[in-house]
Amino acid sequence: MITTIEPGLFTTIQDQGRWGFQAYGMPISGAMDRYASQVANLLVGNRHDAAVLEMTGTGGTFKFDEKQIVAVCGGDMQGLLNHISISNWSTFIVPRRGILRFDTAASGYRTYLAVRGGFEVPIVLGSRSTCTPVKIGGHEGRVLRQGDVLHVGRDMECETQLGSLADGYIPQYANEVQLRVILGPQDTMFGSAALDTFFGSSYKVTTQSDRTGYRLKGPKIKHLGNADIISEAVWLGAIQVPVHGMPFIMTADHQTTRGFAKLGSVIRGDLPKLVQTKPGDCIRFRCSTEEEAIEALQKEQESYRNIAHACKKE
Amino acid sequence: MTEYIHSIRILVAGEHGLVIEFGSVIAPEVNLRVQQLARLLHFEPIDGVMEVIPTYRSVSIYFDPLVITRQELSRQVIHKLGRIEHQGVEDLLSSRVVHVPVCYGGVLGPDLEYVSRYTGLSPQEVICIHTSKPYMIYMLGFIPGFPYLGGMSSKIAVPRQERSRERIPGGSVGIGGNQTGFYPIESAGEWWLIGRTPIKAFDLTSDNPFLFSVGDYLHFEEISTAEYFAIRRSVERGTYVPEVSYL
Repeated sequence: MITTIEPGLFTTIQDQGRWGFQAYGMPISGAMDRYASQVANLLVGNRHDAAVLEMTGTGGTFKFDEKQIVAVCGGDMQGLLNHISISNWSTFIVPRRGILRFDTAASGYRTYLAVRGGFEVPIVLGSRSTCTPVKIGGHEGRVLRQGDVLHVGRDMECETQLGSLADGYIPQYANEVQLRVILGPQDTMFGSAALDTFFGSSYKVTTQSDRTGYRLKGPKIKHLGNADIISEAVWLGAIQVPVHGMPFIMTADHQTTRGFAKLGSVIRGDLPKLVQTKPGDCIRFRCSTEEEAIEALQKEQESYRNIAHACKKE
Repeated sequence: MTEYIHSIRILVAGEHGLVIEFGSVIAPEVNLRVQQLARLLHFEPIDGVMEVIPTYRSVSIYFDPLVITRQELSRQVIHKLGRIEHQGVEDLLSSRVVHVPVCYGGVLGPDLEYVSRYTGLSPQEVICIHTSKPYMIYMLGFIPGFPYLGGMSSKIAVPRQERSRERIPGGSVGIGGNQTGFYPIESAGEWWLIGRTPIKAFDLTSDNPFLFSVGDYLHFEEISTAEYFAIRRSVERGTYVPEVSYL
């Protein structure tokens, strides 16, 4: 078992999400940064749907009762294993009674801790992900607290070897990112001047951003007429622009339906970049195409295949 | 292609999504078309489609673009639309009515008095109108199990509160604009709370965690405070069976 000595700012158990119930109003949840969480699982030889810990902004401190193989991916929370620095994006062993301590993210914003076998919590509607707005999934439907005891499961797939990921697969996190956007479905509710504003300006991540969405602040994007639409489904990456004209991008815990005009969607391949930004960071947008979006997805899948191959113990 | 299919818009929702828009109004005839397509996609799933979400006037389809292309998915959807074009929607009309007991006013419905003052009706008249007929469930969303209802009388419509209440208790029944419904779980919201139901529309301990399906009807019924607590105890014990009838 693994004991939470300090929980960190906002630490939850997440997997790849609770798909299939959005028609009933159930958010998807799941890891905000799909890439970092998937790679963490690959590094320890887990199945892709094993549950990992997602730490936000400032990580926690965990005491391991038994020796475990772990990997840490995503933002650099300056992890220490028994006071010695660990490197991110690598597989290592935490010895029996080892203490793994994380601090504030020096780069990025979300860090994933995968343990070989995954974190064992009950599966709720097909997923182990915590959905704090609904208070279900993960560890008692909530963020971790001091003293919480976590158990290791059996969601491993193959043997793995210790070591670091090749540099080419490690993303560099910046305080200014550019996100690619596919327009629609309500882009026609904005004039060309509004689209020029959106694509020509820099937007700041506000402190009102969380797992449900990123609320940005910057030059106002004006609607041609009404700002609201009849409530309909929203999706990961959808960029809503409510009447105040500030973009609001949907992430993992987003509500399933909303009634705001959606200017476009951040392509899935760029969502990891978005969710690794923190309040105060700057975001710019670039108009993209479906071809480019699919190419990014293909590249991501290829990375997973290559990483899985490289990690496999010969 | 026929005029019916031409009147339907197929919109882009990122590289993973497609929105099939049947109209721009909230109306039963539009929503029944939505339900018709959603049901067909449920019973005849298309490879690569991850989720189908019916809403007031559109169906959103989330798919894996590495499994099926947008062009191919659109082609298959248009084919399905062609097949259902001449099918009546009458047989789609669910006749399932879920009865939702509500204790109106008092501490459980703190805004009933406000709604009464705003509408110029007595609290009892507000309750009578609110319980007078079943409401169709156009869609579910916002929070798990939350029903978007249609058909409330404009006599009891009240503009939403300007400020969102942080914590509305689960089970609260409210009116916001010309909409009514209830919050299945604790949530923030802007509606005026006229009562509370002891039953759960989202219950993970139940075999069927979601009480409502799109197309069902919901009928509010007035109960006393004593009945409210009696039903609540029965819900907590897991022995309560929601009353369902058929039109």
